[in-house]
Amino acid sequence: MTRGHIVIDDVVKVYDPQGAAVMAVDHCSLEIEPGEICMIVGPSGCGKTTLLNAIAGFHEITSGRIVMDDEVLCSTAKPLSTPGPDRIVVFQNGALFPWKSNLENVIFGPLMQGKLGRKQAIEKARAMLADAGLSGVEHNYPGEVSSGMRRRVEIVRALMNDPKALLLDEPYRALDSLTKSVMHEALLEIYYKNKVTIFFITHDLEEAIFLGHRVAIMTTRPCKPKKILDVDIPHPRDYSVLTSKRFRELIEETNDAVHEEALKAFQAGEKEG
Amino acid sequence: MEALPGVPPQAEEMSRLGLTMFRMAQWLKSPRPYLMLIGFALLLGFWYLAVELWKLPRFREMPGLTSVVKEWLSPSPTYGLSIYTAEYYQHILVSVWRVTKAFFLATALGVPFGLMLGWSRKFKDYVFPVFEMLRPIPILAWVPLAIVMFIATESAVVYLAFLASFFATALNTMLGVQSIDESYVRAASCLGASRWQVFRHVVVPGGLPFIFTGLQISIGVSWFSLVAAEMVSGQYGLGYVINTSYMMVRYPTIIIGMATLGIVGYATSALVRIAGDYLMEWRVRELALAER
Repeated sequence: MTRGHIVIDDVVKVYDPQGAAVMAVDHCSLEIEPGEICMIVGPSGCGKTTLLNAIAGFHEITSGRIVMDDEVLCSTAKPLSTPGPDRIVVFQNGALFPWKSNLENVIFGPLMQGKLGRKQAIEKARAMLADAGLSGVEHNYPGEVSSGMRRRVEIVRALMNDPKALLLDEPYRALDSLTKSVMHEALLEIYYKNKVTIFFITHDLEEAIFLGHRVAIMTTRPCKPKKILDVDIPHPRDYSVLTSKRFRELIEETNDAVHEEALKAFQAGEKEG
Repeated sequence: MEALPGVPPQAEEMSRLGLTMFRMAQWLKSPRPYLMLIGFALLLGFWYLAVELWKLPRFREMPGLTSVVKEWLSPSPTYGLSIYTAEYYQHILVSVWRVTKAFFLATALGVPFGLMLGWSRKFKDYVFPVFEMLRPIPILAWVPLAIVMFIATESAVVYLAFLASFFATALNTMLGVQSIDESYVRAASCLGASRWQVFRHVVVPGGLPFIFTGLQISIGVSWFSLVAAEMVSGQYGLGYVINTSYMMVRYPTIIIGMATLGIVGYATSALVRIAGDYLMEWRVRELALAER
């Protein structure tokens, strides 16, 4: 099955806000296997979100191309891909609509696409929410539940559309470390059931190694892979991995590379974003 | 399970009326209604003392509390206007009806106009500079033109009240649309929403908090400009009452007109607030959780 096979091929992104061209992404190539969890690690402002925005269809690329399952999403000739339910973004600060109940949020996708009737959509949503242990908050508004819950509802909202890929943009950045570790296990649990491709941006190396099949460490502006780490800890993983010897070894192996880029970003005074 | 004080019984088991009664009882138990009464007592007490007992300079010339209340509640008022005269209610009704027309017209035109301003860059580029030039013109400056444009004074008065309302509503609606987090629009397009669906499901509900702030301001300025208009031209209405009472030296009636305006104005903006809370339950619940 080739579903959610993403090829980033020689992508360049140059911003030109005030006549002074800034290169955000520099001839970046990366291939993400179907059903892989690929973690993108880099310091804040290194340009990794730019890459995600290009895949999602929020930003144009300058040159190169991005292909998913033989469909060219964007290329030099067509710099902006069209956002769609085959690759859904989970946002840094969460983007559940606060004016819709959690259930209404979850059925939003299929209703907008006209793929399901309201009744069927509710049925499917109820089942999926129950599966994720979220039945209790169906009728609450997002503002009434914890931020950890909100992230899980948002992932369920994405999975309702049977996407090929999930694009996560530092979704757990604002959470405290205890909630974070619970969220990691919850995400893996959802992943084991659904096996979508996951493109996950973070600046947290431990998070990256704990979750990912592979970890791509990016250089800071312009952004391209500096080092790609194969995480040879077998899935399914749980919390105990964090204290294992292999996990520590992998951290040691990559820490220098990450630190070096962080230092560069710091010295360049990159704005977080 | 024992009911905790201050916690309503399970909301599902309670009728809407039951819940309202419960909230009412909670409110009466809190210090808020009593603080409110003290606030009013202080205002009225100061008025009484300053005018009638201490006879302070400036205040001396004002009608006193007792004479106004006596006139207001008198079955046969000296100056012909009290809660027992049909004319009093006619003035109120005429003003309320004018404000209602102006307010609904301003909402019906101002909200879509503001949504367009916030949603379409091109539309804004065309229209906004003109809008911003017309907006600061005080309503009183429009009076002569309004009288020339509309032969009937009635339409002229409503037009003036409408104009002030419209600017407030449109501007706040535009700001509301601009305040919507870009992530919501992006999330909706990721989930397969068309441009129109984004407008309907994200832009409109996302702008509602600002829109209702605008409507609160709008109903206020609508009263403000209505009374100004009624004082200049008109045959009925509370502004007319105040103005004619001044010319005929009926000072207590001026205060009756002003106080009535305060009460009716307060009631209309409360109605707008209630409508807003009804449409934005999500926001009411969020604010309640933040204990505000």
